[in-house]
Amino acid sequence: MFRSHILVCGGTGCTSGNSMKVYDALVARIKKEGLENEVHVTKTGCFGLCALGPIMIVYPEGSFYSQVKVEDVDEIIDEHIIKGRIVTRLLYKETVGDDGKIKALNDTAFYKKQKRVALRNCGVINPEKIEEYIAYDGYEALGKVLTEMTPQDVIDEILKSGLRGRGGAGFPTGRKWQFAKNSVGDKKYVCCNADEGDPGAFMDRSILEGDPHSVIEAMAIAAYAIGSDQGYVYIRAEYPIAVQRLSIAIKQAREYGLLGKNIFGSGFNFDLDIRLGAGAFVCGEETALMTSIEGNRGEPRPRPPFPAVKGLFGKPTILNNVETYANVPQIILKGADWFASMGTEKSRGTKVFALGGKIHNTGLVEIPMGTTMREIIYDIGGGCPNGKKFKAAQTGGPSGGCIPAHLIDTPIDYDNLLKIGSMMGSGGLIVMDEDNCMVDIAKFFLEFTVDESCGKCTPCRIGTKRLYEMLCKVTDGTATMEDLDKMEELCYYIKENALCGLGQTAPNPVLSTLHYFRDEYEAHVRDKKCPAGVCKKLLKYHIDAEKCKGCTLCARNCPVGAISGTVKQPHVIDANKCIKCGVCMEKCRFGAVLRG
Amino acid sequence: MKSLEELRALREKMKSQTDNRAVAGSDETVIKVGMATCGIAAGARPVLTTLLEEAEKRNLHNVSISQTGCIGLCRLEPIVEVFKDGQKYTYVLMTPEKAKKVIADHIVNGNVCREFLIGEN
Repeated sequence: MFRSHILVCGGTGCTSGNSMKVYDALVARIKKEGLENEVHVTKTGCFGLCALGPIMIVYPEGSFYSQVKVEDVDEIIDEHIIKGRIVTRLLYKETVGDDGKIKALNDTAFYKKQKRVALRNCGVINPEKIEEYIAYDGYEALGKVLTEMTPQDVIDEILKSGLRGRGGAGFPTGRKWQFAKNSVGDKKYVCCNADEGDPGAFMDRSILEGDPHSVIEAMAIAAYAIGSDQGYVYIRAEYPIAVQRLSIAIKQAREYGLLGKNIFGSGFNFDLDIRLGAGAFVCGEETALMTSIEGNRGEPRPRPPFPAVKGLFGKPTILNNVETYANVPQIILKGADWFASMGTEKSRGTKVFALGGKIHNTGLVEIPMGTTMREIIYDIGGGCPNGKKFKAAQTGGPSGGCIPAHLIDTPIDYDNLLKIGSMMGSGGLIVMDEDNCMVDIAKFFLEFTVDESCGKCTPCRIGTKRLYEMLCKVTDGTATMEDLDKMEELCYYIKENALCGLGQTAPNPVLSTLHYFRDEYEAHVRDKKCPAGVCKKLLKYHIDAEKCKGCTLCARNCPVGAISGTVKQPHVIDANKCIKCGVCMEKCRFGAVLRG
Repeated sequence: MKSLEELRALREKMKSQTDNRAVAGSDETVIKVGMATCGIAAGARPVLTTLLEEAEKRNLHNVSISQTGCIGLCRLEPIVEVFKDGQKYTYVLMTPEKAKKVIADHIVNGNVCREFLIGEN
């Protein structure tokens, strides 16, 4: 037994902030003090509050230290570990009350409304030690399934829980498993989609980095339910930490006989392999993903036949997302009713979101379905930084749509999001404030899909390209009102005719911004103005001669020498030379530089 | 892993490694050892390690053992504070042997070791 545990976040965010050096320094210092039998230093998965990384927690006090540097290690050991005095200076500010008292982490705004199911072990256990997972009830669910339940019992339990696919479309997981079980085949496969490709999304990565065994355990349960003995995790090579931890986890599970032959003496065999993806967005689409595992170019194929009938190598296959799997062991252990008690009528359980963009608390949150967007953005996320006004949030990445400010009280679940023209998607949530131009945002996402289109079907390959060109015309100020109607028509055409999910959803960002922010499009087209001041071709900077004091600061900072004027005389910007970088406006202390 | 019992045995063994990795719940017994300079000089560290070893040996998972700063009564160090059933017990002039007795009598069996309590000796 240890008297104290120091948990250092080893997620990608904190690692890039040098948390592993902090970890090494802690281990070295603890050793030097001869405390290694009393104090346990461990690296864990993501705590969620990535904005404040590197993060560490010291238990049993539960002191949450943020933005810890290597230089802070000695102070933490000297004060906290040796003398028992908490280093208040480094505590996460929200945990220190006005009276100087330290609050529990779960009472802070960021954590209070969260409910961690899929992320339950992230930031608690060492993901590279299977024994720690086992200490937190790991593999108990698999044991229960193999010794006490029939495959049909498992599927019934999952069906009853109301679990829906967390990858985006929200198909009921139990039904998927039932189809695969009912399909006849000499071999069946269980696959995990860890090809998280949405810009700004990192839920699946964090789960694999923080709790890889939960996914392995769930895949074994799924394999038992449908009658499979081989699984594949398809993960992108751009996630080196996740790949490494998953490889370690698979190796450890094999050593303990939790993967392999005759698991728990039940006669059930299951093994798991990793397949690395090269990072093509289309490989997150199920048929393309399986084609890629087979060793072919990752291109989708028409459905039906659905994978449950004819999937990987032509055999019945189930494919679920990482987060979906992470929920499964908990459902088996705590029961379908427990899971179904969370969330809304048609969307049970919780959902993990990766908060990004113009938001204070960038990071990973898990909330019960039915939580409103307002609670996520203001209560948990802390609102937009610098007092800017919230404008919209994009869910579902390049396949989703935006939720404008006036719909901020919509409870988030699969059906509500579809109703307002967005989608749940895998859980990326990008927040935009008044400085974001919605046309520009639509263009950004569309540019991504144009790049990532595999080229197999014409509506996607050529359609998205043409659509992108039309958007460029809008941001350049050369579009006509007629173009807006044409754009809309093309959007619907692509949606109806593209072969796979990538193309069918690619126009969504354009359609939803056209729907909610048509006035912005019209301002670009009709008035040749970008209201948010983003689209460079429509911007003009000029100096208000009355306000200009002739301090020459702007002229000295202009990178292209476009500003001229003598001291104490009003300056002038040469529009032909100006590259619209905005430095002059930023530097001017008198508010004399205007944008219009 | 050949049976569920094997898994459970391993879990029981591993639990002691992850004990104390949470803020103590309201139903947990909390034991604090004064570990400021005075406490350490008076021999608090062997007391603490004995408490940890005993708790591990007896598979006590509902106990949180940690250190704290100076309790203020330096001449009676090492001091061990036990918070149990809403009561606070202050054991003074502790030794590893006394610590073993506190775990066995007080924590496990619920009989307060009055002879070690402050004010009793």
